[in-house]
Amino acid sequence: MTAIHSLAAEDLTLAYGDRTVIEGLDLLVPPGRITAVVGANACGKSTLLRSMSRLLAPRGGRVLLDGKAVHRLPAKELARTLGLLPQSPIAPEGITVADLVGRGRHPHQRVFSRWSAADDAAVAAALDATETTPLADRAVDELSGGQRQRVWIAMALAQQTDVLLLDEPTTFLDVAHQIEVLDLLTDLNRARGTTIVMVLHDLNLAARYADHLVALSGGRIHAAGEPADVLTEECVRAVFGLESQVIVDPTSGKPLMLPMGRHHTAPRADVLQGTPGS
Amino acid sequence: MTSVRPAPAPDAAPARRPGPVRFLWLLVVVGLLVALMGASVAIGSRDVGWSEILAALGGSAETMGEAAVTKRIPRTVLAVVVGAALGLSGAVMQGVTRNPLADPGVLGINMGASLAVVAGIAWFGLFSATAIVWTAIVGAAVAAVFVYAVGSLGRGGATPLKLALAGAATSAALTSFITAIALPRGDIVENVVSWEIGGVGGATFTGIGTVAPFLLVGLAVSLVSARSLNSLALGDELAAGLGERVALARGVAALGSVLLCGAATAVAGPIGFVGLVVPHLCRLLVGVDHRWLLPFSAIVGACLLTGADVLGRIVARPTELDVGILTALIGAPFFIAIVRRQKVREL
Repeated sequence: MTAIHSLAAEDLTLAYGDRTVIEGLDLLVPPGRITAVVGANACGKSTLLRSMSRLLAPRGGRVLLDGKAVHRLPAKELARTLGLLPQSPIAPEGITVADLVGRGRHPHQRVFSRWSAADDAAVAAALDATETTPLADRAVDELSGGQRQRVWIAMALAQQTDVLLLDEPTTFLDVAHQIEVLDLLTDLNRARGTTIVMVLHDLNLAARYADHLVALSGGRIHAAGEPADVLTEECVRAVFGLESQVIVDPTSGKPLMLPMGRHHTAPRADVLQGTPGS
Repeated sequence: MTSVRPAPAPDAAPARRPGPVRFLWLLVVVGLLVALMGASVAIGSRDVGWSEILAALGGSAETMGEAAVTKRIPRTVLAVVVGAALGLSGAVMQGVTRNPLADPGVLGINMGASLAVVAGIAWFGLFSATAIVWTAIVGAAVAAVFVYAVGSLGRGGATPLKLALAGAATSAALTSFITAIALPRGDIVENVVSWEIGGVGGATFTGIGTVAPFLLVGLAVSLVSARSLNSLALGDELAAGLGERVALARGVAALGSVLLCGAATAVAGPIGFVGLVVPHLCRLLVGVDHRWLLPFSAIVGACLLTGADVLGRIVARPTELDVGILTALIGAPFFIAIVRRQKVREL
């Protein structure tokens, strides 16, 4: 049921007041794949995502969805194709899970239209996909961080968009819940072909879960492509100013970045030979 | 998708909202309102028998008792209308600002309407009823924008407490202005109290008829905003992601809210705390969905103001207390309770 949508940024310049955050950026999001955007703090990752979902108007250039500038599209029409889960959404006090997920139906409703069977089906499917059906009548405030994040994703699913943007969906989650959320997004991508673009903090999880990795540095794309091509020692040095060692992740076959700080770091040759560091 | 559980059939969707419970509460509050309206017609400083009440409701005003009851009828209608307007206005305001302390009284908006009317009467010889309503609405809008702008200054933007403080300070200042304008004017100073403390004692059907169109437009605009307020409650970013035009939606809802409280103030003077207390009570009854919360706030607001007006006639016999005093007595402890609870999180 998923249509293939193209999402791209063309010569995009973004700024807050006088401060330019992104400058002349070109980005092509591969349709039907998972794209992860990584980069140092304040490199413009979230800003880029905000602009792609038209929260921030570009200073220059355009964001194109199927060749049309997203900032020109009617708000609800865009919201039926492209969904956004911001970093810290607000759950109204006492709202139930089902009610919150139901609010994802907003772009499909008119002012006076009644709640429809399609709405019910979408909410039920979203709860089911995120395994939050048993929580449906619980208050969102009572849930654990991992459950709550699944509920927010359920809300985004109820919106039934073919493109989903997520700003750090794994923040504040422990490692098990991080994996759970990323697995869920992968399920979604594989089952429905949903195009996913997410900002991630954890380079290794980004490399593992993304089909397409985008490394941002200083408001520009430093590298983009297959994680194996993008996540290199040179890239980590350029983007994060960090020395590292990149090996093949024995679990996934994807690149795995091991940071090298000033302490607890043995010279590489010694490690490889299995001799204790000096 | 990966779930092992069978997908529920669409028509057997999980209990999305406790609909029956809400309908039950709807019956309860409507019943309560009818009872309070009955009490408001029956109870007053003069004891009136049932036969006289029924005769008066039938249009007769021959005996003293019947005449007294006849005067209580527009008063009851005004209490219902103004209470509904203020309750709804408060609920919309809390939704627009995501601020649990928002209320047309607390934020000084009613006082802005009041000051505008007093200034209009004193300086511009304002006397047409319709002109007074327009003036009140403009005054309310100016006060709303002013308080929001002051409350948004500094770090963190318009936090609930800053907004409430800005409103309280503005309100105090505006009350002083009203006194200052009216005091040297022997012709209006007698009525000035009614522009400082609201009440429904002087109700006439003509007055109600004048504000009715404004209240109806305010009602319609507010109710149409219910779904937008539901989206705004999730934060501006998510609301925008859901296809809401955030600034527009906020402006429209605020307009509805200001129309309601401005028109209510034009006909009854500034009455505080109804818009604060009522939405919180209604959230306990029907939850946070504005499509239910807004109509409930109107009905419960009508209950509160009608009940407070009746109470004001009982506790101060043989005279009566203005309903604006009673709502403040009820609302102030409530306000403190909300502030003390948690750390006044945003809605």
